[in-house]
Amino acid sequence: MKQEYDVVVVGAGLAGMRAAISAAQKSKDLSIAIIAKTYPIRCHSVCAEGGTAAVLRDDDSYDLHAWDTIKGSDFLADQDAVEFFVRECPKEILRLDNWGCPWSRLKDGRIAQRAFGGHSVNRTVFAADRTGFHEVHTLYEKMVSYDNVEIFPEHFLTNLFIEDNKVKGVATINLKNGELVAFESKAVILATGGAGRLYGFTTYSHQVTGDGIAIAYRNGLPLKDMEFFQFHPTGLVPSGILMTEACRGEGGYLINKEGERFMKRYAPEKMEIAPRDIVSRAMWREIIEGRGFESEFGPYIALDLTHLGEEKINERLPLIRDAAKKFVGIDPVEEPIPVRPVAHYTMGGIHTNIKTETPVAGLYAAGECACVSIHGANRLGSNSTIECLVFGNVAGNMAAEYALRNGRMKITSEEIAIEEKRIYDSILGKSGDENPYQIKKELNETMDKNVWIFRTESELKDAVAKIKELKERYKDVEINDTRKGFNTDLLSTMEIGYMLDLAEVVAIAALKRTESRGAHYRLDYPKRDDVNWLKHSMAYYTPDGPRFEYIPVTITKWQPVERKY
Amino acid sequence: MEFRIRRFDGENSFWQSYEVPTKKGMTVLECLYYIRDNLDSTLSFRASCRMGICGSCAVKINGKPKLACETQVSELKNPIVVEPLDNFKVLKDLVVDFEGFFAKHKMVKPFIVRDDIDYNSPVELIQTPKELAKYYNYSLCIKCGACVSVCPAAATSEDYLGPAALVAAYRFCADSRDKDCKDRIEIISSERGVWRCHSAMACSEVCPKKIEPAKAVQLLRRKAIIHSIKKLFRW
Repeated sequence: MKQEYDVVVVGAGLAGMRAAISAAQKSKDLSIAIIAKTYPIRCHSVCAEGGTAAVLRDDDSYDLHAWDTIKGSDFLADQDAVEFFVRECPKEILRLDNWGCPWSRLKDGRIAQRAFGGHSVNRTVFAADRTGFHEVHTLYEKMVSYDNVEIFPEHFLTNLFIEDNKVKGVATINLKNGELVAFESKAVILATGGAGRLYGFTTYSHQVTGDGIAIAYRNGLPLKDMEFFQFHPTGLVPSGILMTEACRGEGGYLINKEGERFMKRYAPEKMEIAPRDIVSRAMWREIIEGRGFESEFGPYIALDLTHLGEEKINERLPLIRDAAKKFVGIDPVEEPIPVRPVAHYTMGGIHTNIKTETPVAGLYAAGECACVSIHGANRLGSNSTIECLVFGNVAGNMAAEYALRNGRMKITSEEIAIEEKRIYDSILGKSGDENPYQIKKELNETMDKNVWIFRTESELKDAVAKIKELKERYKDVEINDTRKGFNTDLLSTMEIGYMLDLAEVVAIAALKRTESRGAHYRLDYPKRDDVNWLKHSMAYYTPDGPRFEYIPVTITKWQPVERKY
Repeated sequence: MEFRIRRFDGENSFWQSYEVPTKKGMTVLECLYYIRDNLDSTLSFRASCRMGICGSCAVKINGKPKLACETQVSELKNPIVVEPLDNFKVLKDLVVDFEGFFAKHKMVKPFIVRDDIDYNSPVELIQTPKELAKYYNYSLCIKCGACVSVCPAAATSEDYLGPAALVAAYRFCADSRDKDCKDRIEIISSERGVWRCHSAMACSEVCPKKIEPAKAVQLLRRKAIIHSIKKLFRW
């Protein structure tokens, strides 16, 4: 089956919905389809808790937001992109206000802002500790007010159609009936999210398996900076559920077994609200050196909010209180929360320029699946949701303009038949001896052990070897469910295939980068090396594994200096 | 523990039992994943965030609609009976059809209506914490469908807007930034709207976010009456 649209957006989280709105706003004559493997409001963006950064008041400036972001990135961010980004942030906050987002307010009714890691001033706009949730619902509700946007929920992306380096559409499986649906379109925006489920201990939703990034990669698009994975300091033990940075922004402490606020030894000035890479490393070191608490679920650090008082916790951190009670039976008003660092954000992604353009004409990428890059080697908290809004908007505009200038290229029935055969004969219909879920489990264990916060050459080499073994075994998987309608077995198995490709890129990129920068820390190369490594990695697909090239970082006015907090 | 799951393969409905080794702190969702990964990968269910915020995994557990991700097995009796939500068409196993649910949500115009907003030059609208508090609780709906699954009015009339859509309608009518609730009131006072509610309050009892949809319906009824009186006298 084939559908025809002017613009197709894949992914219905913050970036995707923002892009759809932007394209719809550009021209009423454009037809826009937004496709997602869940329903739009079930996207992972709803899990963002703490807030969204923007310069709103006189105590702040664009240059300061840019500097904080660039210093936070350990100087790997492209400074032209950051300078553009910070100037767009405030407008997006106000748009969401105008569209109904229940931002938390100051007494006088103006939008409130809170402290966050690595930001020099209180810059983080928030809606209690459910910021992502409210942003998503606001965008969804705004989006349904446009008649020229059509939503295709529960459609799973399987491929891109590209001809002569121009995009001409995407292939999806409609989960409801299992049929292949091709979307022929003038422009395509990928907004499919990160790849966090490569890890076992992670804040990510189950659905975040890097599909869009992997499909772009398999179609020849370069992936940038994939070695940089963010570990958030405070994942709830044992589930990994995010305990927002706002816990510390609002004044919470991190305490080791000896009752010590150990951050004073790692970031004496910023303490608990130093950037995430620094706090996570500090916590991991405390744990390695035996100063973590012990539990049946492994070691942990105490996140202590008890001194904040019940009123503040209820007003500012209601979700955290509720989640701690429900999932570990702890009331943070009374007791500290058990946490440890947890895989949280994919800094790398599909290579785009500042306008969200990929190397393929008509194909754009925005949000976590893309790497512009404004986050470099370490993203600051509350810079990702706003990135989705800012660059979602850019992508929507760019795609709309492209669609107004260009025609649709035909996706032939042969091309559709080839994709159908690939999925239903080569994947679904195949017999084998391997259980895909066992492969996923082993992949997660490998990533958690060998591609974690502290990395070494030998562990990374082990990881690469293991991933190659898993890729071989994956060729022999069998899907037990042979029916077409809502076949989650097929869906999950394909996701695992995507994850294996991306894990290989992450591990090899990390092995190649022989320095420590931001979230990528090599015990065997503990210093940042600007002479050799102030550059972005670019991974290109080959059947034998990724091929790497490197491109320079754009520096406008901030020369790299030592990073202290 | 024994999991008894009501399944549907597209043609036939049947019960199937699985033995799951449970441990302290384990949720029903984790058990469903255990079954899928180790015992039977043909079992289909929806899930995503596993922290009670995405609304994907509402199912009937021992007779009551709950989010599988926030339900601890230690709080349940053996065997644990898991079924798809009532009042929705079952697509496969625990997966039900949400198309109508979201269409109804859209029908109530769930967005701010005012004519002085400029897309290109947005301005900060003032809303005091007190004004925010008037609707905030109703903005917490995760659209999991639990309320609709127990609603006696939704069970008997397919076109009833249902508690979740009505919560959305009230949420926007109560937002100080919204300037025109008339269209919304017309829709919710139509024959598919608030007057269909039996006031059984079952929705408020099962809402995992404690939103009290029944109260939203009552408040909307008041608005509907005022609106119709005004209309009568052409105010």
